Amino acid sequence: MRNTLVIGATSAIAQATARLFAEAGDALFLVARDVNKLAVTADDLKIRGASAVHTASLDVLNFDRHQSVIDAAIETLDGLDLVLIAHGTLPDQKDCEQSFEITKKAFEINALGTISLLTHLANYFEQKGEGTIAVISSVAGDRGRQSNYVYGSAKGAVTIFLQGLRNRLTKSGVSVLTIKPAFVDTPMTAFFSKGLLWAKPSAVATRLERLIAKQTDEAYIPGYWRLIMLVIRFIPESIFKKLSL
Amino acid sequence: MVGNRYQSWGRYPKVNQEARNLYWRDDPLPVEAVADKTFLPFGNGRSYGDVCLNDGGMLFDCRHLDHFIHFDANTGVFRCEAGVLLSEVLQLTVAKGWFLPVTPGTQFVTVGGAIANDVHGKNHHKAGTFGQHVRCFELLRSDGSRIFCSPNDNNKFYKATIGGLGLTGVIAWAEIQLQPVHNAFIDQEIIRYKNLDEFFALARGSDETFEHTVAWIDCLAKGKQLGRGLFIRGNYADVFEGKAPTLSKMRLIFPVDPPFALINGLTLKLFNTLYYRKQWTDRVKGLVHYQPFFYPLDAIHAWNRIYGSKGFFQYQCAIPTDEMEGAIRELLERIGEAGIGSFLAVLKLFGDRPSPGLLSFPMPGATLALDFPNNGEKTLRLLDQFDEVTRSAGGRVNPSKDARMRPEDFQQRYPNWTKMTDYMDPHISSSFWRRVTESS
Repeated sequence: MRNTLVIGATSAIAQATARLFAEAGDALFLVARDVNKLAVTADDLKIRGASAVHTASLDVLNFDRHQSVIDAAIETLDGLDLVLIAHGTLPDQKDCEQSFEITKKAFEINALGTISLLTHLANYFEQKGEGTIAVISSVAGDRGRQSNYVYGSAKGAVTIFLQGLRNRLTKSGVSVLTIKPAFVDTPMTAFFSKGLLWAKPSAVATRLERLIAKQTDEAYIPGYWRLIMLVIRFIPESIFKKLSL
Repeated sequence: MVGNRYQSWGRYPKVNQEARNLYWRDDPLPVEAVADKTFLPFGNGRSYGDVCLNDGGMLFDCRHLDHFIHFDANTGVFRCEAGVLLSEVLQLTVAKGWFLPVTPGTQFVTVGGAIANDVHGKNHHKAGTFGQHVRCFELLRSDGSRIFCSPNDNNKFYKATIGGLGLTGVIAWAEIQLQPVHNAFIDQEIIRYKNLDEFFALARGSDETFEHTVAWIDCLAKGKQLGRGLFIRGNYADVFEGKAPTLSKMRLIFPVDPPFALINGLTLKLFNTLYYRKQWTDRVKGLVHYQPFFYPLDAIHAWNRIYGSKGFFQYQCAIPTDEMEGAIRELLERIGEAGIGSFLAVLKLFGDRPSPGLLSFPMPGATLALDFPNNGEKTLRLLDQFDEVTRSAGGRVNPSKDARMRPEDFQQRYPNWTKMTDYMDPHISSSFWRRVTESS
């Protein structure tokens, strides 16, 4: 039984993972923007076995509230053992190309929002001297591609930030896990036609729970994407720039 | 994700349709995506024919409406969203002493699908249909309205939605009354019986004292042995001391579409004979876990693929009590004459508890369910012959299993169908509904 904070708790991956946390009897503090969805998620997790479920509504763009929401979670649960950061949006790349405002917002949600939350959480866990920080990044953050480089570069920033944070917190006994999902069948990707490479949130959750238990550093979900991304990263830029990816 | 999710279990007919996921019960339906087409709620695609299909239209996939809402472990009142699978309900409730009041032969149907098809199970003679245990539900309509339905509230929508084949709206959530149990086990008895007369005697003698009864028939047996099979009966097990029977965790998957149906004369004969002879004695008794008892086929994931890509038909009819012995005999004789056996042949007596559902399938009498590989015209002709028997006995065919019954038969045997139009959502339609109503 852990004291677990889930940010972006109504996202499909977070919900599927939180169900496993609930079945393990965790006490949960759920954070998400939409109060209604938060309540639906909380009732569900309580019935599934969570020893306690608390909620707080937060728009990640509201940076000023990050510290107080985290403080509330720490106080309500009487300390944290595990944090899962899973909020995010997938902006339309074409819209981003036409509007810096949209690009900026995508960065604020997917990169700066996460980095702000991590800044507060890192100091808490560093002082505590134990615990796990798990963050949903993306395969899109491994290399910039014309089809989604705004989302990709925001996730890339998170991945690199987490590498540094891991390097810093290792000596304090804090585990930092970067999860890079590939194609997951969620509301965020509702408008893509789905092929064989698409994974279900429940499958992602099962693997995520295992990665947390093993204190893994970085991992792709599904695991075989490690090989796909190895190839993608290996292609020389002079060739890569000509591919339509 | 193997294969196309949006097909029915019999994988016939093949249709073209789009799909949209529903994620939150409080969200309005995405009717703007439907435009001038129609839509149909889709659960988990376990109905056999075309009640879950909407050729040329849209499906609203409800499987992601999968939140639990309320569970009172003292009273067994359970509320969840309509996309929750029965397997997920059981996973939660059995350990706390509650079982589904009624369950069909697979646990991989959604709660919404169980209501829309008003499913029945081995305890129909005691408990009636699933719909009789639904305390209330919420119906989402394309005009944005939400209708709270129960026996006392909006009773007409309640009755039209139970067994309503998804036509009245999207069920957002439902509340059901669960059945108390001591544990996850069934006290089971399997009796090998020699012919149809013995079946009816056994069934009549068992239905008072056994909660669950069903028979598997060796449909290749003829003459004096016609209708022979295994009669399976059981009750929820009492509290017991000692070691519980183990449950195999093994799940097989049928991984490919064979180029032709693997069910043919030879394999059928072999299977039926072996199955009939699977026990050495005429009577075997013991405790079994609820999964092999209720869901033997769920152990083989995607077993429908055994019939190849052309799919298969299930024929399930209900025959009223007065006519049942003759009609069931005649149906079995026709199978024998045709030389096309059914891999699965299941026979059961229905009880007389009426369902509130306008289009509910069961009636007091007997029900026979048969599976046939789709061999085109030949199979369709055989099923038409079965219809003649069912028709003249005053029986009817189960829409949830059907892909081919005649509109006249549907309209005559389900006289309430004309009342449905008052409660149907104007933007909802299905391949089944058009097939059985429009050509009249």
